[in-house]
Amino acid sequence: MSPPLEQVCDVVVVGAGPAGLAAAAAASGAGRRVIVLDQGIRPGGQIWRHRDRSALPTAAHHLMNEAKRSVIIPGARVIDGRSPHDLLVDVGGVAHRVRATALVIATGARERFVPFPGWTLPGVVGIGGLQALIKSGLDVKGARIVIAGTGPLLLPVAATAARAGANVRIVAEQVPFRRLARFGLSMLGRPRAIAQAIRYRIAFRHSSFATDSWILRAEGSSAVNTVLLRRGGAVEHVACDWLATSAGLIPDTELAQLFGCAIGNDAIVVDAEQGTSVAGVWAAGECTGVAGDAAAIVEGTIAGAAAAGSNAVTPRARRHQESGRAFARRLELTFAPRPELLALADATTVLCRCEDIAVGAIDPSWSQRQAKLWTRVGMGECQGAVCGPACQSLFGWTLNRPRAPLGTPRCATWADALQHANPDDAR
Amino acid sequence: MTGRVRLVINGAPHDVADDLSVAAALFNLGIMAFRADGSGHPRAPLCGMGTCFECRVTIDGVANSRACLALVRNGMTVETTT
Repeated sequence: MSPPLEQVCDVVVVGAGPAGLAAAAAASGAGRRVIVLDQGIRPGGQIWRHRDRSALPTAAHHLMNEAKRSVIIPGARVIDGRSPHDLLVDVGGVAHRVRATALVIATGARERFVPFPGWTLPGVVGIGGLQALIKSGLDVKGARIVIAGTGPLLLPVAATAARAGANVRIVAEQVPFRRLARFGLSMLGRPRAIAQAIRYRIAFRHSSFATDSWILRAEGSSAVNTVLLRRGGAVEHVACDWLATSAGLIPDTELAQLFGCAIGNDAIVVDAEQGTSVAGVWAAGECTGVAGDAAAIVEGTIAGAAAAGSNAVTPRARRHQESGRAFARRLELTFAPRPELLALADATTVLCRCEDIAVGAIDPSWSQRQAKLWTRVGMGECQGAVCGPACQSLFGWTLNRPRAPLGTPRCATWADALQHANPDDAR
Repeated sequence: MTGRVRLVINGAPHDVADDLSVAAALFNLGIMAFRADGSGHPRAPLCGMGTCFECRVTIDGVANSRACLALVRNGMTVETTT
């Protein structure tokens, strides 16, 4: 049954990952009526998107249970709003209007892709992308997979692939061994994270893990079949069916930017209550800085309580919030993409995958706006979601604020949404 | 326990598990090209989570539907645009 076209509640949460679910649990626990809007097929976000719900961790079960007090609308994407408290939402092509007195943004993170030759071949996917596909049913049994990227995400994804029966050929981390070792030492105060990392490593124990290693190019005709990997000082050819690669995670701040929330260091700026620079708007989880699910749950709880006007935050949650932020900064410093990754593309390498614009078509001295006007870079279906961050990395551009509608709705949906927003114009 | 559903992909019927995303179903059937770029080169999902739009196919007649965000359903028609 589809929900009514107009909905009113106290708190609307965008995103049903760990942060969004925690925010919904806190706000509904304080007696507020909560609606959660989520783009996915099922709640849980990217990390808890398993089709096999029994495979979910305890924290996920607990939050999903708590979330039953809220109305969760899957397949829902906010495309615009007259204000942060009057949202226009695309639910499976049907426009909805959702009004609330408080908004919690928990849109998570997405992957940063930096173009390299061959990255448009089928079989080349993100690292989180591979995990998302496996969790939604991709069969990788016996498939040869190369995983090359950066940061802690490499480990759970390699473990997921190995447990699903894949032949993980190699897991390549671009960061040099010494820097990774320093990061490892800094984690000694977090024994649970260390234990988790060891469990992941055991799951892909038959594969090698290489530091100081990254992808130079992918080759193949109808799909990827070989990658050139720089490993230490040498170049290796590795045969594979899938290449999972990315240059790390970036906060998803589009919705926050649409409503004018301040952004700093590519993340939504929040205060101690997870409040943004816009009154009545809170943000939590990786859209405020990438620090993992534990930090996201703490931030979501704080944001949900604040949005509900309750002051139920414990000193322990405060400590976890602070250490989560410190962890986000450490991750960012440790796993920043190395300069070599920015020099892999040649002039013919595709930059904008939607509009088929090559790197060589762009003059780096242009602004993003000039580049759009002259080449249509970033003007296709994804609206620059992929090439925008790539241009930022490659050319040092400052990206423009996104404009409505977000997420490329169908024309009919957008027209309906506008009618919702201005019902007087419809007659 | 999962059931099975019948998809019609590019005109041909295929029975698949009922809890797959359309993207996973296509890949599992060996369909690696979801669409073609302007020069006819094959393209397929990159991000796996609905951001990159490389998974766009026609689902039940609706063009530019994201295969990564859609769950399979009995009787669903899917057309790749290669």
